[in-house]
This record gives sequence, C-alpha cells and structure tokens, in this order.
Amino acid sequence: MASDGEEDFVTYGIALEPLEEDEPAKRPLPIQEQTVKDEKGRYMRFHGAFTGGFSAGYFNTVGSKEGWAPSTFVSSRQQKAEWQGSRPEDFMDEEDFSEHGIAPHEITTTDDFVSRRRNPISEKAQAISSMQASFPADRLLDFLVPARTSIGVELLKKMGWKEGQGLGPRVRKRPKAETRTYGCEIPPNSSEESEEEDFHLENVTFAPKDVMPVDFTVKDDVRGLGYQGLDPLQALGGGSEPVHINLFSAESDRTSSLFGGRSAGQQRKRGVAGQAFGVGALEDEDADIYHRDTMSNYDSVLGGEEPGDGLYGWTAPQQYRRSQKDTMKDASYLGKILEGFTLASKAAETKTVFPPPVLPRDFKPVHYFRPVVDSSTVSPQLAKALEMSHGQVSNQPLQQGSRHQLDSSQRRELLGESSIKGPNSVFELLSAEDQQKLCSIRSTTQERWGSSGGQVSEVGRAATVASGVAAAKLMAQRAQSRRLLSTESVPSPETEAFTAWNSPTIDISSAFRPFEKNPHKQARYELYISRLKQGEKDALDQSLDPTMTEWERGRERDEFVRAALLYKPRSSCLASRFTRSQHDEDDPDSVEVTRDQENNVDDKQSAVGMKMFGKLTRDTFEWHPDKLLCKRFNIPDPYPSSGIVGMPKVKKDKFSVFNFLTVTDTILEEKSVSSTSTSQAVAGKRSRWDISAPGNRVDDHLSEFLSIARNSTSKSQQEPVTSAAALPPPQHAASEVIEGRDLEQKVAEKKDGEEEEEEVTESRPPMDLFKAIFASSSDEKSSSSSEGESENEEEEEEVEGAAGLEEIKKPEPSSTTPCAPAPPPPSHTGPDSVQDREFGPVLPPPFLSALGEERQKRQKTKKKHKKNKKKQKKQKERGKKNSKKKRRRREEESSSNSGESDEDQGTAVLPSDDLLRRLKNLSKNALR
Amino acid sequence: TFCFCPLSAMTIDGNYLLTCGSDKTLRLWSVGRGTLLKTYTGHGYEVLDADGSYDNSQLCSCSSDKTVILWDVATGQVTRKLRGHAGKVNCVRFNEEASVILSGSIDGSVRCWDTRSRKMEPIQILDEARDGISSLKVSEHELLSGSVDGRVRRYDLRMGQLHVDFINSPITCVCFSQDGQCTLTSSLDSSVRLLDKNTGEMLGEYVGHQNKSYKLDCCLSNKDTHVLSCSEDGHVYYWDLVEGSISLKLPVGKGVVQSLSFHPTEPCLLTAMEGSVQVWGAVPEVKEEAAD
Repeated sequence: MASDGEEDFVTYGIALEPLEEDEPAKRPLPIQEQTVKDEKGRYMRFHGAFTGGFSAGYFNTVGSKEGWAPSTFVSSRQQKAEWQGSRPEDFMDEEDFSEHGIAPHEITTTDDFVSRRRNPISEKAQAISSMQASFPADRLLDFLVPARTSIGVELLKKMGWKEGQGLGPRVRKRPKAETRTYGCEIPPNSSEESEEEDFHLENVTFAPKDVMPVDFTVKDDVRGLGYQGLDPLQALGGGSEPVHINLFSAESDRTSSLFGGRSAGQQRKRGVAGQAFGVGALEDEDADIYHRDTMSNYDSVLGGEEPGDGLYGWTAPQQYRRSQKDTMKDASYLGKILEGFTLASKAAETKTVFPPPVLPRDFKPVHYFRPVVDSSTVSPQLAKALEMSHGQVSNQPLQQGSRHQLDSSQRRELLGESSIKGPNSVFELLSAEDQQKLCSIRSTTQERWGSSGGQVSEVGRAATVASGVAAAKLMAQRAQSRRLLSTESVPSPETEAFTAWNSPTIDISSAFRPFEKNPHKQARYELYISRLKQGEKDALDQSLDPTMTEWERGRERDEFVRAALLYKPRSSCLASRFTRSQHDEDDPDSVEVTRDQENNVDDKQSAVGMKMFGKLTRDTFEWHPDKLLCKRFNIPDPYPSSGIVGMPKVKKDKFSVFNFLTVTDTILEEKSVSSTSTSQAVAGKRSRWDISAPGNRVDDHLSEFLSIARNSTSKSQQEPVTSAAALPPPQHAASEVIEGRDLEQKVAEKKDGEEEEEEVTESRPPMDLFKAIFASSSDEKSSSSSEGESENEEEEEEVEGAAGLEEIKKPEPSSTTPCAPAPPPPSHTGPDSVQDREFGPVLPPPFLSALGEERQKRQKTKKKHKKNKKKQKKQKERGKKNSKKKRRRREEESSSNSGESDEDQGTAVLPSDDLLRRLKNLSKNALR
Repeated sequence: TFCFCPLSAMTIDGNYLLTCGSDKTLRLWSVGRGTLLKTYTGHGYEVLDADGSYDNSQLCSCSSDKTVILWDVATGQVTRKLRGHAGKVNCVRFNEEASVILSGSIDGSVRCWDTRSRKMEPIQILDEARDGISSLKVSEHELLSGSVDGRVRRYDLRMGQLHVDFINSPITCVCFSQDGQCTLTSSLDSSVRLLDKNTGEMLGEYVGHQNKSYKLDCCLSNKDTHVLSCSEDGHVYYWDLVEGSISLKLPVGKGVVQSLSFHPTEPCLLTAMEGSVQVWGAVPEVKEEAAD
C-alpha cells in the first residue's frame, strides 16, 4: 500500500540519499577542513566578508611563502648586468590579467608553423602571368617554400581532393577541353567523341575541372595593355653587367618588384652608386666609379659577346679559336638565356625517348577486378569455371606437379643438372666478424621469426618458395646462426629434440612419418631420428643432404627439429616435465667436497661412550686462515703460498662409491689415547676418570683393533703429511720466535726445578726417591732438589723403558709403543730444539742415548706442552698418566707430586695442606 | 620491566661487568660499587652476548637481530653494525688486540669481522660447523668454538690446522684454561669435560650438576684450581680440577643460573640469574644485587 502511495506522489527537487542504518552518521567536516580552492588549485583563504572576502596572493601579499627572492646584481666584463625591469604583471594575479587588458602569455605556434594564408588573388595572378612567361622564375621560389598547407587544404586532401582538381562532386564524363571556335567553322566530327564515351564506363568518374579565378588586378595607369613602363631601379641601377631593360617584362607583379621585392638574380646594393654619382659614404667598396666603356657593350660582332677576359684579339689564335667555337655554340642561345643562368659547358646527354608502345586495338584502359571465390566452398564446376575465366588453368595436381612447387633440387633433378659447387650461401663468403654481427642481429629477431616460421610445413612450402630470395636468405642465415649460437646456454629446439629422442628404447616405426610425400626427405628424417636415438649430438647436421644449398638445409633442419619435437615419443613427453638441475661447474658429474673428511661418527660415539677421548674423537684437518686474519692476529700465514681459504676442497665424482666411504686420512696426534685407555682397562680402574662400565670391556677389543688399524694407516700416511705440513724455514723460524717470546714470559717466573718436575712426570722415579723427597721436607727449595732429582730420573727412565718393552709383549701392542712411534707435530720439532737451548735445562747426554730419538722427541713435546702448566694441572696429568702404569708407581708419584706441589703452593688459592691431604686420600682409595 | 639477563661478562681487568638481556640493551656496571655506568641501546632484539676489548675502549655485542655491534664505550655510540649472519648470533668475542671480532651464530658459521678497516664483509667465514655455534673463545692464536653438533673446533691459526673434538652432545660452553693447555667444555649431557688441548684426551670429567636444556656457562677459576659450572637447579658447582669432586655447591637462587664468569686475577665470581647479577667475593662475602 505504501508503495502504491509513493507511486502517486509527484516529487520535486532532489531526493535525499536514503539513510542507511548500518552506516555511522557522517561526521560533519570541521571548519578547518572546509577549504576553497581557486581554478589553479591554490587554497583561497577567506577572511571575512567585511575584510575583503578571499585574500589575494599569498596571505594578502604577493609572491609565495618564501616571498620575493631578491635579484642579485651581477656585472662583470663578460657578463654585463642586464636591465631587469619589473612589469606590472609581476605584481598581479594571473586571473586579473584579463581585467586589465593584458593578454595572457601563452605558448602559441609561431608563424613558421602556421599554414600560411596566401593571398589567393595574387597567387592566381601569378599563375596567370607564369603561363605567359617563358620560364616562371618566381615559381621556383614557391617550390622552395616549406610545405605549408592550410588546414583547409589538408582537410580536402584527406577527403580525397588532389592538387589541380576542382572542387565539387565527381562527374561521370571528363569535361572536354573547350574548344572555342570563332567564326563559322563546322564543329569537329562527333564520331571521335562517341568512341571516347565507350571508355567512360559506369564506374569511372572524374574530378571537375579547377576553376581559375579571373585576375582582378586593377589597371590604374594609362599605359597600354601589358606595358610596364621603365623601372627606375632597373634603369638607373647600372650594375657591372649591363642589363637589357625589358619594358615588357614578365613581371606582372609590379608591386613586389617596385622597391622592396627584388628578383632572384639581382643583387643590388642599396644606395646610390654608379659612374655619375661616385661612391657614397655608406658604400663599403669603392666600385668602379669611373666609367669604363667596353666594346662589349656594343655588338661589334655578330653572334655574341667577346669573352670577359679581355684577351680578344691578343691571344694565340689556337686558344681563341676554341673559345670562338664556344661562342659560336652560344650564339644559338643568344637572347634565350634567362638571367641568372649560364650555358652549360658540357652538352647535356641527349635522352633517347622511346615512343610509347602501340596499343592493341581492343585495349581498354579499365581493369575489372573479379571477385575471389574460394574453390573449397563452391562446387568444383564453378571453381573450374572461375579458374578458366582467370585464364590460368592448372591441370596438374597442386602438390607435386606444379613447377612452382618444386624446389631447386627437384628442378635440378628434372633437368639433369649437376649440383652447384662452391659456397652454398652468401653467408659463408662473409668475414667472421660480419657473420657474428649478423647472428647477433638475428638472435633478437629469431623469436619472432620462429613463431612465424613455425607455420612452414610441407604444405605451405610453395608459399615459402614464393616468398622470395630475401626470405630464403634469412632462413639460411637463421639456421646458420642457430648452429653458431648452439654453444650458448639457451636451450634450442635442437637440443630439446635431442633430449626427447635420446633413448635407445624408442621405436621409430611407431613414430609419425611427416615427410611421406617426399621419400628422400623422409629417409633423411628417419636417419636423423635414428641418430638422435643413438645419442649423437650432431645428428641433424649429419643426416642432412650435403649437396643442398645452405638455406635449404637450414629450412630442412628447422622442419626436422620441429617434426621431431612434435612427434616425440610419449615417454619423453613425461620426461620433459622434469628439468635437469643446474650446475655451475663445468663438469656436471663432479661435486666439490672438502678434501679431508671426518672419521666415522659411529666410532667416535662408541669412543665417547667409553670415555676414550683423544685420538678416536680427534680429527685434525688442514685449514687455511685468511691472510688478513693472520695479519690481524699478528701471526705469519701458515700457508703463505696457498690461495685457499678455509678447508681445501677437491672435486669428487658425484656418484662415486668412494664418497660414501670415510677414509681415515687425518693427521694423527702424538699419542694414542686408545692405548692408554686399554691399558687402563686391563690394569683395572685406577683413576676416577676411568669409570668405564664393565660392559665396555667387550668393546675394548674392538677399539683396540680400530686403534691398531688407525695407527698403521696413520703411520703410512704420516710421511706425506709431515712433508706437506713442513713449513718454509724462514717463516717457521719467525713463528717460533714469537712463540718463544710468549713462552719466555710465562716461564719466566718458573724455575728450572719445574722443568725437572716435568721430566718426573714423564719418567716415574722409584718410590724411595719420592719417599725421600716427600719425607725430607716440604720447604725444600726446588732449585736445590732439582739436580738430584734429575739424576734419579735418568735411572728411572731406563727402568721405565725396560718396563715399556715388556709391555709391548702384552696383548695390547699399543700400550706404550704408540707413544713412541707417533711423532710430535712436525713443526714442533725444530722449534723445540731451539727452545731447549733457550729455556729448558740441558738434558744429560746418557739419557738421550739410552732412550733414543723418538723418546727424546716425545719428551720435548711434553715439555713444551706442560712447561707453563700450573701445579694442580700437572698433578692431574700425572694421575692420568699413571693410570696406565703400574699401580704402585702411580701412588708414589702422586705422593711425590703432592710434595712438589707444596713447593709451589705460594700461588695456589687452596692451602697446600688441604690439597696434600686430598691427594693422599685419593691414593688410599686407589690402593683399596 | 622484566629483564632477562642471560649473560654477564667480566671485562679483562675485572673492574667492570657487562650485562645484556632481552630488553635489547647492553649495560656496563662497576663491579666494585655495583652501579650502572652506561646503557647501550641499538639492538633490535635481545642481546645474547657481549665482550669488551683489552683496553676497555670498545665493546662488542651480538643479538637475535642477526647483527654484531661494535660500541664505543665512552660515548655509547654504535661504531659499526655488522650484518651478515643468517640467524641469531649467539656469541661474540674480541681477539687479543681487538682487531677482529669473532661471532658465532645459529647459522653454524663463525665470522671474523675486521674492526680496523671499514669493510663490512667478514674477513673469513668459518662454516665447518654443521649446527649452530653456541660458544666461542679466542686465544692469541687460536679460536675455540663449540657447536650444537657436538663438536669442539679449535682453529689453530699458527699451524693452519683445525682440530675437531667429538663430544657427542651439544656443546653449551667452551673455555681455555688459564695456561692455555686445556679446554673446558660443557655439554647438554650434564657434564663438563676438561680436554687436553693438543691431544684431545680427556683429563677430567665433572658431573653432578644439571644441564639438560639451557645454554649454561662454565669456567675455570683464576688459578685453574677449580672448575665452575652453572646449573639448572639454581646452584653453581665447584669441582676440584684434579680430583673432580664437588668442593662447593653455591646456592644462587631458585631459577637457572645462566651465566657466570670468574675474575681474571682475584677469587671473585660473577653469576647471572633471571634479572639479577651477583658478585661473589672470597672472604668477606660481598653480595651485590644489580637488578634491572
């Protein structure tokens, strides 16, 4: 009902927008946001109706926010100060210009670009006059005028009007040239006309004739028609050349030639000059003010003037004769040469003009275009009739027979010609750079060509042939370039085809036969496919007919590749969905890995489980620090000649089995931990560190085996490694100097006695010695006891050496021997000897001789390692070492150590007594 | 605001301590007076580690924002902000002369940054670790890094060798002993191990504490007599280095003791627990609270 009521209402005005309840009420714009902008987009400030409405300019000022920038006065010799006047416009708003009658300065087209509005009347007049003149000299200037056509002319031209035509609707009949007849002659025969009219067939129309307006130049003088009168400029000008004053000049345009306008040939100076007046003050050159009358002004000889060189009658007759001949020639032109033109010295070559061919009798100058009928859509009879009407009856079948569809090789076969020798393509004759250049140009257009050329097939071949030599060349070059570009990484269709067909399982017979119509071609194609299958990369080039021309081969190459891609086997369709991974390396089958691989992790884990840290868990690799890093650490580069940074890498066969085998090619350390731990296991638990589970003993044999194996391998590998690690001597020495200095500082506070102690750790002195020391006193000076100790040590060493030999016979071969054979790091040996000389105590010679070289080395390294160790550390060390020795020894040693520790206890935090007590407890526990 | 202080570091001379935490700041304190000296702001995420240069003129810190920042101590300005790590940077150290900053990240690489040149690229990237780097220490010619892949790597610059010790448990902290002959490693199997640096032999194993999930610190006392380690049960454990027996169980608080460091010369210990840092002295037990 409500809706019905609404329909009845008549509404006035604009209805309010329906209020949507969901939408929040629109907030009214605050006053500061209610802005007014002028037409330029500038904000207008309203400052009250009583104060003048909107403010002008920038806040009632002129200029901008920044105000006026004062113009800086600049004046120099080169750059004079310009007068920088200010105009009223500078102080006005732009919108006020019109109010004060100041035209807005806008960018408008200059006169040069506006189509010139010619005076049509004068033009027409000129046209008329030019018809009268022998040569329209003035028209020449008009030709040179830049093409300025008015917009009207251009519009007309767009509408189909052409210059010279009249305006108006086209007429059926050509308006005949009006032949006015004066008198009472009989009008000409009308038979001709009727004949003409035959040609004016229904569709042919003609433009109406252009109307030449009547020259309405007012004749305001009393002279005869065409008489110009004497031009005072011409008469009085009197240049160097005497001019024949033509009173009946062709110039009808008198107004232009009166004063300002000057004809092209005449270059006359302004001002008065001549024989009668002398040289004016304004004249630059003093022209011949004195009249020299020459005979040439008077025609003394019939047939022309004498030459201007003034040699007439004075020169050798021969020379003159020739010039006379010229003048003789000139004579024929006498009076005909236009002003400003001279006779050509050479006669222009006469153009042989051939007469137009005689037209056949039934020639009609009109061609009818017959409608094109698609033969497929109409009945064959009609198509045939149409073809007949065309006059080109093709009796032969379209595919093969037509000679237009034969290619050159087929034609050659038909004619029985031999194949052409020499380069097949012009392209091959080009230099290498040019070829490259062409290729690069084409590679850009190749894509486009590929798409268009993709349609070329056997059926469309005729069209290709017909497309001409240019296209053929392009094709050949393209093929050539493709071959040249095949080295690039862009996957060409050729390689695609290769990947698609490259598997020996594909059956050709099942494959499509695209070139069945041409058996030769099909054979070549099959050869290509079979070669592809065999994986020959240059299958295409091999299978093509070498006798063919370059562009034919190029085309065939394209066709084959396309066909191979189109009819590729089904399996490769699936394969094409997967792409090969990209490798940056040259060799895709190799991968870069670090040369030194870590040992087997399982071994290590078992070693860790048995708490056999050391050799089993230690891997040592060659590592190359960066040169700059060495510099910053103040350390000489250990590998000064190597360019590697980090771990040395080697290329390995990607899928080699050997990659999965871990080769233990690590540099083994000086000692074998396994030996110590196994001996521990045999001797029972001695130290609290050796809390290995009883179940581990079973594994111990395994680990022994491992360690033995490792030792043997390490020994064999040691030699090359040491040689490799051997550093260049000078650099090495430098490093040693630094090291030595560092050590010096650390060792400085230590006494020689400490050195002896270290040896004690190595060689276990007899118990009674330690008892004696331990019992004697704790405040005994280390220096005093050192000598005695060292002597005792030597004896101990011998004893221990014997014990070691005994141990070799035990089932644990590595118990002591590995200590000996494992040499210290090669670089250490050299410096150690130096160090020994500097810091260490001189070892007694018998000790060296008794224990041999290896032992000595080991001691040295030990010494070096332990030299600056603190007391507690040594004790612990000893505890560790002893664990692999006999129990008693260890006990004694520990006691002795504790005794020694007392000596150095000054620095220790813990009270020496406490430490001693604990060590005793330890030994007691061990005994139990 | 709650501040999580995962780290405290005693500077070289032991007079100052550095704290860094989840409030994205690095704070410098005086050990003696327990006063805050300076706050360094500039990191985008929590600061994970910091170190001071030998002359106390520069600081370096690393953060979860993958950056390493070199600070000027006096002005508190960022001298250099080094970007390049692909993940959180867990640990950072100066070398002896503060010419190189070494930073270990969760991305498994240790990067060596040059502080002398203006180059923003690291001098060298040590990417041998197969998991994140958790701890890093530098001696004069060696670089010790502990990784979550359970290996301690020692880069010997002088020898041009890399020694890898297999521990078989994620490493939480590595230390050199004061004499430079041993390395101390704590791992997530709740044990601290003392290894001979040259041979890799285990010289001692210290157990009893609890370290299963957190990255806890361990260290050696100033005379190498004791081994110290944080524990997740709120204690700091003292072991006798030689015997391996627990000589002291220092109760610090209820939470996890995250970090500790020992004074370089004096028997003075610094421990860090959630939001507080304690300094433990020797005889007169001075305990200072420096909570944020």
